[in-house]
Amino acid sequence: MRNRINFSRRGFIVGTSALGAGLSLGVLSGCKSGSDAKPIDYSNLPPNPEVNAWVHIHHDDTVTVRIARSEMGQGTSTGLAQLVAEELECDWEKIAIEFPPPGENLRRDRVWGSYSTGGSQGLRGSQQYVREGGAAARLMLIQAAADQWNVPAEECTTEKGIILHKASNSEINYGAVAEAASKLTPPTEVNLKPAKDWTVIGQPVKRLDTADKLNGKLVYGADLAMDGMLMASIKACPILGGKLKSFDAASIENRLGIKKVMKLGDNAVVVIADSWWTANSAIEDMDIEWDGGQYANYSSRDIEQLLNDGFSSESGTGNKGGDVDSAIDNSAKVIEAIYGVPSQNHAPMEPMNATALWTADKCEVWCPTQNGESALAAASEAAELPIDKCEVHKLLLGGGFGRRGMTDFVTQAVMIAKEMPGIPIKLQWSREEDMRQGFYHPITKAQMRGGLDENGKLTGIDLKISGQSILAALMPSMLVNGTDAFAFQGLLPSGLNPMVEDQTLKYTFPNFHFHHAMKNPPIRPGFWRGVNLNQNAIYLDCFLDEMAHAAERDPLEFRLSMMDDYPKMAAVLKAAAEKGGWKQDDGKARGLACIYGFGSYVAACAEVSVSDEGKLKMHKITAATDCGHAANPQQIEAQVEGSFVYGLSAMLFQEITYENGEPVQTNFHNYNSMRIADMPEVETIIMPSGGFWGGVGEPTIAVAAPAVLNAIFAATGKRIRQLPIKDQDLRG
Amino acid sequence: MIKINVNGKIRNYNGNEDKPLLWALREDLGLTGTKYGCGISECGACTVHIDGEAVRSCVFPIGALEGSEKITTIEGLSDDGSHPVQQAWAELDVPQCGFCQPGMIMAVSALLKDNPNATDKDIDNTITNICRCGTFARVRKGIHLAKKKR
Repeated sequence: MRNRINFSRRGFIVGTSALGAGLSLGVLSGCKSGSDAKPIDYSNLPPNPEVNAWVHIHHDDTVTVRIARSEMGQGTSTGLAQLVAEELECDWEKIAIEFPPPGENLRRDRVWGSYSTGGSQGLRGSQQYVREGGAAARLMLIQAAADQWNVPAEECTTEKGIILHKASNSEINYGAVAEAASKLTPPTEVNLKPAKDWTVIGQPVKRLDTADKLNGKLVYGADLAMDGMLMASIKACPILGGKLKSFDAASIENRLGIKKVMKLGDNAVVVIADSWWTANSAIEDMDIEWDGGQYANYSSRDIEQLLNDGFSSESGTGNKGGDVDSAIDNSAKVIEAIYGVPSQNHAPMEPMNATALWTADKCEVWCPTQNGESALAAASEAAELPIDKCEVHKLLLGGGFGRRGMTDFVTQAVMIAKEMPGIPIKLQWSREEDMRQGFYHPITKAQMRGGLDENGKLTGIDLKISGQSILAALMPSMLVNGTDAFAFQGLLPSGLNPMVEDQTLKYTFPNFHFHHAMKNPPIRPGFWRGVNLNQNAIYLDCFLDEMAHAAERDPLEFRLSMMDDYPKMAAVLKAAAEKGGWKQDDGKARGLACIYGFGSYVAACAEVSVSDEGKLKMHKITAATDCGHAANPQQIEAQVEGSFVYGLSAMLFQEITYENGEPVQTNFHNYNSMRIADMPEVETIIMPSGGFWGGVGEPTIAVAAPAVLNAIFAATGKRIRQLPIKDQDLRG
Repeated sequence: MIKINVNGKIRNYNGNEDKPLLWALREDLGLTGTKYGCGISECGACTVHIDGEAVRSCVFPIGALEGSEKITTIEGLSDDGSHPVQQAWAELDVPQCGFCQPGMIMAVSALLKDNPNATDKDIDNTITNICRCGTFARVRKGIHLAKKKR
């Protein structure tokens, strides 16, 4: 069936105003040489205007696709280009991408839609309108050619960037009619191709941005160089809520290269120099006194107490059915457990940075950001200039994982630049600053009770989460009656709230209660790849594994018996189990996990061993994903493998703890991350069932840890219920 | 003044001798392919070759160079991306965000120069770079592919 979209109603297509050359910052040419023919010199021609906001076709038939979402390694830019190219029917070998600046988006009535890049929304959140953009551009190119040939547009076809009219034996390249096409009135309706006709979507095409990542040429935010640029290092008070008391500028300000030593706001010191190393060394050497304030003695023991108090506190309900208390009380067997997941830092490889240039009537920022528009808003506010006097130029991100959706570093960069008008200043955080000033994965614990009847059937399950809410800290207006729906990712009822329909429970339990006692320590929480799905999958799925063992039932069969209503969930679980060697009589310890999140069904089967010394070896993880439509299977595979590194690094090593009000962990030596030796073999099963667009970057991260924890139990008979596992004795 | 040989060119360095090689490369010589990730020799994003050996340049003071050493950065590994490791990386689409990859590629190319038949065990013992995107599965495949390309 074909989709008919009414453009005029959506107000989607805007005019064809050509973008200036200023747009080109951040262009990545993915073009490969299409043929050995000598290139034609088009330099005497004025550049073609864009066909529409998404598609700019040049004289040489190169097609530049505009990408609004940020590229942080997840491959979204290549995937989005595939979606546009599918409908445009251009030559994939001649595709390039560029990132229009967010100010341009505002000037054009947000023609590119949302710039927010999180929640695994890159493709699924924009697939409809970018495909429409490609389809509309194709119709305009056809019309331009048909007008030139004086034939009906309906008789023309397209193929790899060429328009054909068979009856008159005519053909012309897109590049030759792009200018004429740009002058046409955009169509108000387009047909999108049905999935069965796709030839670019679903193909494992190579990424468009690889070449310059292999030779050092790619300019990340940290690498930006501008004439007259100065470098800044910052140290903000590491103590929760603390302030800057004093700093001994005199001890360092005479060093060669130091330009300025300043207080920023009420809690930070900044050193500006002609070299970042000079600035950072000075800030490290300088005596700084902090006013610790009310949390000067705060520690992780206080947080632990707060979370434990939550178990006896009132709670908000996320999902409920039947009468769980009486069901469990009347059960033949009752199982109880407490689990916990700590604060974790994002720690992308490239520490936070932003470059700002401020004058009294203009402010420009160059930065890696997951949300160009919120970065622009932050820049405007800090610059004290109207938003149309500001611009953000997005640079590629050296990792994001949710951290670069925040704008604290943009605000700081602009505030610093205001102190030295007309001079571009690059604020680069040290790794230590990045560790201390995180928006950490929320800390929670969970208290679970479950009941089984005489036949080992689940009678009821009660899951009480105690701990931190991201929304309460960052988006309090999104709380509903004081409850944070996102805290229940993966556990929510269907049909309640379209915002979280992609995070719903895919088990059928006779009696259940999922509730959250919100306990917010004074730590800043943030969206961390996988967000709340990560701990909820551990809580639910490890506990179900405990119940299956208590019921003396096969954990696979136990789960499947409650999944009759969710065949897609059951299908991925069965696939992971089967390919992962579940129930194979080979003496290997395996664990399962599955969850639905970010619109995708995912499952994993982990195979581990634990040595006599208690050393864990993760041999293999088999992961199955049903993301509906799979735009680029090889990139999905890369995302699944990568998500496991992120999730398992956290499971193995990572926690941010507090002593004297400040984070104990300061760098990778005490906040470790997996190395290649720790990496299990990963087998990725992509099983797109069609009909929907699910996310890919995040869902599988949630099943990595529970599958491994369940496998550790299978190996040792010991349950590990608190992350990270680094200091725990795994031996049974 | 220190004379240093970087990517086959003799360059002059006039700054502070305590400055780590990483920052001299990035700030004084304009070679920003070598990355800052931790500053304490943990993550390997700053890996370069000194006389063919992998060195984490973030903790290597430029003043410790004698001047005769040959330094190679990612920019000098090949002129055109034709080094077998770069080729294998391109073929397998190894990078995600790519920020750690210059260091990863320099560490791997040094390993394969020393040990052209590196086994999985050799890889585990030698390649200790951090990649937060989690490209390790493809890095391992890439190393084995690069071995065949040499």
